[in-house]
Amino acid sequence: MKKIKVSLYYPATEVTKPITYHLIKDFDLQINILNADISLNKVGKLVIDIIGTEWNIEAGLKYIQDQGIKYKLFTRSLIWQENACVHCGACTAVCPSGALAMDKQNWSLTFDKEKCMVCELCVKACPLKVMCVTI
Amino acid sequence: MGYKSFDEINEKIRSGKAVVATADEIIDIVAEKGVKQAAKEIDVVTTATFGPMCSSGVFINFGHSDPPIRMAKVWLNDVPAYAGIAAVDAYIGATEVSDKAESMYGGAHVIEDLIAGKDIKLYAESYGTHCYPREEISTYINKSNINQAYMFNPRNAYQNYSAATNTSNKTLYTYLGTLLPNCGNVTYSTSGQLSPLINDPYYRTIGIGTRVFLAGAQGYVAWEGTQHNPEQKRSENGVPMGGAGTLALIGDIKQMDTRFVRAAIFEKYGISLFVGVGIPIPILDEEMLLQTTVKDKDIFTNIYDYSVPLRSRPAIRSVSYEELRSGVVELNGKKVTTAPMSSLKKAREIAQLLKQQIERGEFLVSQPVASLPMDNKPNSLDIRGAENEKD
Repeated sequence: MKKIKVSLYYPATEVTKPITYHLIKDFDLQINILNADISLNKVGKLVIDIIGTEWNIEAGLKYIQDQGIKYKLFTRSLIWQENACVHCGACTAVCPSGALAMDKQNWSLTFDKEKCMVCELCVKACPLKVMCVTI
Repeated sequence: MGYKSFDEINEKIRSGKAVVATADEIIDIVAEKGVKQAAKEIDVVTTATFGPMCSSGVFINFGHSDPPIRMAKVWLNDVPAYAGIAAVDAYIGATEVSDKAESMYGGAHVIEDLIAGKDIKLYAESYGTHCYPREEISTYINKSNINQAYMFNPRNAYQNYSAATNTSNKTLYTYLGTLLPNCGNVTYSTSGQLSPLINDPYYRTIGIGTRVFLAGAQGYVAWEGTQHNPEQKRSENGVPMGGAGTLALIGDIKQMDTRFVRAAIFEKYGISLFVGVGIPIPILDEEMLLQTTVKDKDIFTNIYDYSVPLRSRPAIRSVSYEELRSGVVELNGKKVTTAPMSSLKKAREIAQLLKQQIERGEFLVSQPVASLPMDNKPNSLDIRGAENEKD
């Protein structure tokens, strides 16, 4: 089994297509929606995790493309240099996915890599510059 | 009688018998034992904060070169320092920006590097005088080859501060962090119930001369801080409901530790310095103890709309720190996420460390030599002389 993270870019004309339904039903893929910005008659964006066999993932991605929807794989990932962090919380003000959050008990910053969409907003918002992205 | 003097408390500290609690811990202790019993048992309550404090800087005396120079302009790692004082004295301010590296390096970084023990490039110019003939110098300094190097922060440890949001449709970049459009978030900066001046709201034990933990060193309250505003509106418990008292702090950077002082860059705003401050509050009597039991739910501030770039920004609503700490506040019927800008984790670490230092007899409390003013309202700056007026 393999896991990938991918952004789907819907043209305004294609947002009515039940893409995730087909990915699950026809290609036996597990889909986890991380972020969705879809409205009728507007361009849309969907960020998902896909889990499945390599074969099925490849077939699923081809299906997405055939439907006129562009996709982009996440190849970069966020690195939190925890040792240099002071746990102020400034990054949590901008994190759209909730990947960066404050632990309400000890007020440490926590980072959930699975939720991160690598939007890089935290890279700029961090006053200590302890967030960076792999190239 | 129920009153302990500063001397009696120090006697207990010296003999290693002082009972100390942090301003977090004292809440449960008093709830369990009651005020009377706890006031007898507890000698000191420690408070702390670790937030960005722009009004910070360091005075340095470099020592004299041979032949000597009367430094008129000084740069430290290409960051301009103020040299309009004696020949080899200068002040490096936290928010000053490097002439070279454009906003990614500034005075705060020089201060952090100096405290870390790193070499700092010193460049200075002069017009040369009979007794100071040298006109230029370029060398390296570090904290062991300079003379006095003391942090003097004109304004630290703000007694409460406003929270920020943004009602405009554009992202704002501020000293309270990145504010997302359409009230996309609320940011705040405080250690709340652990914060020094919130636990001594009428400055009974914190005054001029009070020994404090300043970034790892034992420093002192030098004066009231700039913009000290004790006349701010207060709640019933005495705690101001917005920015109020402030402290000017002084301390030797050679005793400081970069764990408690860090340079900060606020996107599209500028450079600042995270400063760790801890202040012990001697429990003189029950009244003093009661003040230190203040809880986040009883401390209020206003959420201001930072999209209005005016001195008198509109307040959107009043909010307690308990609500801000919960992670979500309601603004005009909409749930908005909150984020802190100052590190409560670090503040707690400092309060614990200060507690241990007092328990070991290494940190004594001190009676203020003078009180902070209770009646002082900051003036605002009016624009005059726009027309033919000369003054």
